[in-house]
Amino acid sequence: MNYSLLWLEIIVVLMGLFTLLADIWVPGESKKWLAHGAAAILGVLALSALFQSDVASVTTAFNGLYVQDDLATFFKVFFLAAGAIVLLMSAEYSGRFGTASTEFYALVLFALVGMMLAASANDFVLMYVALELITVTFYILTSYQRNRSASLEAGVKYLIMGALSSGFMVFGIALVFGTANTTSFTEIIKHQKDLAGVPLFLVGLLFVLVGLGFKIAAVPFQMWAPDVYQGSPAPATAFLAVGSKAAGFVLLLRVLFAAVPAITAHWHVLFAILAAATILYGSLCAIPQRSVKRLMGYSSIANAGYLLLGISASSADGVNGVMYYLLGYLFTVLGAFTVLSIILSETDGDDITALAGLGQRSPLLAGTLTLAMASLAGIPPLAGFFGKFLLLKSVLAYAGSSHLYVGLVAVALVGVVISLYYYFGVVRSIYWGTTPDLSPITLSPGAKVALLACIAGMIWLGTFPNNAMGRIVSAGSVLKCADPLKSALVAQVKK
Amino acid sequence: MSLLNYIILTPIITALAILLIPANYQFVIRCAALLGSLITACFGLLAFFLFKAGLPGYQFESKIEWVKLGGININYHVGADGIAIGLIMAAAVVGFCAVAVSWKIEKQSKMFYILLLSMITGAVGAFASLDLFAFYFFNELALVPTFITIGVWGRGEDRSYAAFKITLYLTLGALVALVGLIVLYVKGGAQSLDIVDLHAAIAKTPLSPAAQAIIFPCLLFGFGTLVGLFPFHSWAPSGYGCAPSATAMMHAGILKKAGLFALLRVALPLMPEGVARWMPVLAILCVGNLLYCGFVAMRQRDLNLLIGNSSLAHMGFAFLGIASVSVIGITGTVLVMVAHAFLAALSFAISGWISQDTGTLDMGKLGGLLKRMPFIGSVMIICFLAGCGVPGFANFAGEVTVLFGAWKTFHWVVAAAAWGGLVIGGVYMLRAIRSVLHGELRSEWADAHDASSFWRQAPYAILVLALLVFGFVPNLLSDRVKPVAAEIVKQATLKAATPVAAATAKVAAQP
Repeated sequence: MNYSLLWLEIIVVLMGLFTLLADIWVPGESKKWLAHGAAAILGVLALSALFQSDVASVTTAFNGLYVQDDLATFFKVFFLAAGAIVLLMSAEYSGRFGTASTEFYALVLFALVGMMLAASANDFVLMYVALELITVTFYILTSYQRNRSASLEAGVKYLIMGALSSGFMVFGIALVFGTANTTSFTEIIKHQKDLAGVPLFLVGLLFVLVGLGFKIAAVPFQMWAPDVYQGSPAPATAFLAVGSKAAGFVLLLRVLFAAVPAITAHWHVLFAILAAATILYGSLCAIPQRSVKRLMGYSSIANAGYLLLGISASSADGVNGVMYYLLGYLFTVLGAFTVLSIILSETDGDDITALAGLGQRSPLLAGTLTLAMASLAGIPPLAGFFGKFLLLKSVLAYAGSSHLYVGLVAVALVGVVISLYYYFGVVRSIYWGTTPDLSPITLSPGAKVALLACIAGMIWLGTFPNNAMGRIVSAGSVLKCADPLKSALVAQVKK
Repeated sequence: MSLLNYIILTPIITALAILLIPANYQFVIRCAALLGSLITACFGLLAFFLFKAGLPGYQFESKIEWVKLGGININYHVGADGIAIGLIMAAAVVGFCAVAVSWKIEKQSKMFYILLLSMITGAVGAFASLDLFAFYFFNELALVPTFITIGVWGRGEDRSYAAFKITLYLTLGALVALVGLIVLYVKGGAQSLDIVDLHAAIAKTPLSPAAQAIIFPCLLFGFGTLVGLFPFHSWAPSGYGCAPSATAMMHAGILKKAGLFALLRVALPLMPEGVARWMPVLAILCVGNLLYCGFVAMRQRDLNLLIGNSSLAHMGFAFLGIASVSVIGITGTVLVMVAHAFLAALSFAISGWISQDTGTLDMGKLGGLLKRMPFIGSVMIICFLAGCGVPGFANFAGEVTVLFGAWKTFHWVVAAAAWGGLVIGGVYMLRAIRSVLHGELRSEWADAHDASSFWRQAPYAILVLALLVFGFVPNLLSDRVKPVAAEIVKQATLKAATPVAAATAKVAAQP
């Protein structure tokens, strides 16, 4: 048993336990420093994982249950960065938690462990365990403000929908195990040609996809997202939007391209339809929203749709696009939610008018939120543009050979134009919304670090994609969606 | 480092420097912005006069690998040919004038100048780019500044609506064009959007007709929307009508030309079959610009809306020149583009002055202003006469050249429509002069101010001077443009069905 492979997870678990214990002897006003310290350690871990990965080769632990490869490293660094920023954000927001803020930090760390395990899952069983660790901690995180009924409602909704999706998934895994006699991805890929003809196996796989569909909030499993996003405390929403969604996508990538790539190629129509429906649903429903968090909920649905574009292309380009988009999404959404946490920790509602006058009250907050909205809308020189470019390119590679993909691109363009309307609606209320309250907002050093990190991330990914792209290409090379598959797909489409 | 790098970097570095200046040091901020844009303008002029006309290929080239991984191949590649150099120069000069006329902006002036300088970077960068990805990148850089400047510093009750309209239209156009560019990337055979690589790859194996059938309309209508091609033009008058004068100057003058520039650089030379199929359509649509937008301009009561519509009518000439696919026509198009850059900037600078001083642009309420504003009034008369196509101004040179090109290619009806467009232009321009400047001076404007100091007059004088210089010596520009236009026409009219014929034609084309 190779425990040394799990050093990142072990350290984060220990940090979580230490945080819980430290609650006993750390006085109330210093508890923020626990979050700041934990965020700093996570940052250091992310950097060390980033530089260690140069020598990493594929290694497994627990009889192949757990795999440590470039894909896992990429997503672990991703989750660690997300965790660090979310902790900084939580410290800003902690005023609204009352006395019990340390448990929130500890739960964020435990959810982070779940996400990191998900990045390394090479077996349906570890996948399920990791997802449950994430989901169970999020039941508490979403309903953390137990004196607010909206937060409790969000928690209950997430509990019910989460339990339902877990049920689907475990049923699907049972069917997979029953037909394939194994739950290991490395075993299944060896027999995928035979298994592709077994209806029960396919049904099981579909159920697993349903479970993952809930996690990434894709249509038709999206209905929980707006309510939960709106009701949860802002840092929990942010972690849900970035971490939980990325965990869903890394598992989706693993299942589709490390376990059953041949079957995935047959299902490209399914993913194309899901992508189109998700984009349209998210974009159209976001138009009338007045609550910023709810707006972000629908925007997160629409973004799941854009990410599915890359899956439906089922090519190496598509997979790389998915990872790049997620990386950009990390900085963009966390930047937006850091701003929202700071503003919403003062006011009670989360109406879009709460942003009015922000341009004068705090240029840094206004600038971050504007950049985040522009990045989500896919405007250069920001991360979101390059991500969308890669995703569109992966789909347009089939233009001319398939009307399906041309239609898909058309839907994506409509979605982008609609999204521009509601994202720029946020920008409008920042700069020319009217409000009597123009008092300047003072920012703590922790908040400034988080905001500047997000701005730097958005601009870096949008203007200098080379470095990140190199990591992504090596991470994507773990997955089996090489060119033969692409040509097979094109041949099939042409028929 | 090539000169173009300095032109692109100066405004963005100035913007970053302004970011570090505290917001209440308004005078310092304005001086920094003026200095940065003045240096850019000087570099632009220097590049224009150092450019050697008639040499093949691109000058001031500089290439840095940007992204090269995972099947993505993007370069930061700048360079100028005879078409680009005029536009780069115009962008730099108009950028300086736009900063210069914004002296009255005091509310959040730090943000205003940062946004304006990033618009200038976007404009010059787009014209200097030889990689289409970089072109798109720079072009879109101006989008968010456009939106925010219209919303915060714009005028009128409808500015929020106008800001959304202009942003959504421009994004839609840009996205449609982006699809065309991505398909070009995938099918072009170069696995790159570098214009030099693309030309080389397509000279070897021309794009298949099926690919051209997808790419060409995407580019035509995508980039066409960015220019305000009829019937996708309605964003322009309302957007410019509500924009602060600097934004309107940059947008109507410079950024709008990026669409035409891309059509000339990409769509025409790479896709001869697309040209053959779509240019007659373009010729009909541009009549819509010339006549319809002209008639709409005639009915306007608001000076800014009038100028906005008239600028669309002028774009009709530019499209007509492109549609003629002749050396004269395309040379004329570039002349119109550069002339209109100065003309539109000057018009919006004038209307900006009037609205700043009187608080209205309703032509029914204005009148007799020439008595109070001898300088601005005279400049307005000069500018509007130039807009009617009076000889001696740059617009005349461009429009008459386009007419020569169109006369040869099209049915006489099209040329007659263009001529009709000029007549309509004369009607509304002269009417505007009469209702704003002549007649009785109304009592409420009795203490209206003129631009009296040197610094206030300078931007207007520069723009008038530019119109006159290119009106009297159009050769300055046309000598630079003609060889490039000849090359474009040669490639656009290739009848090559087989790769071999295309290759030999290409070889024969090179001296």
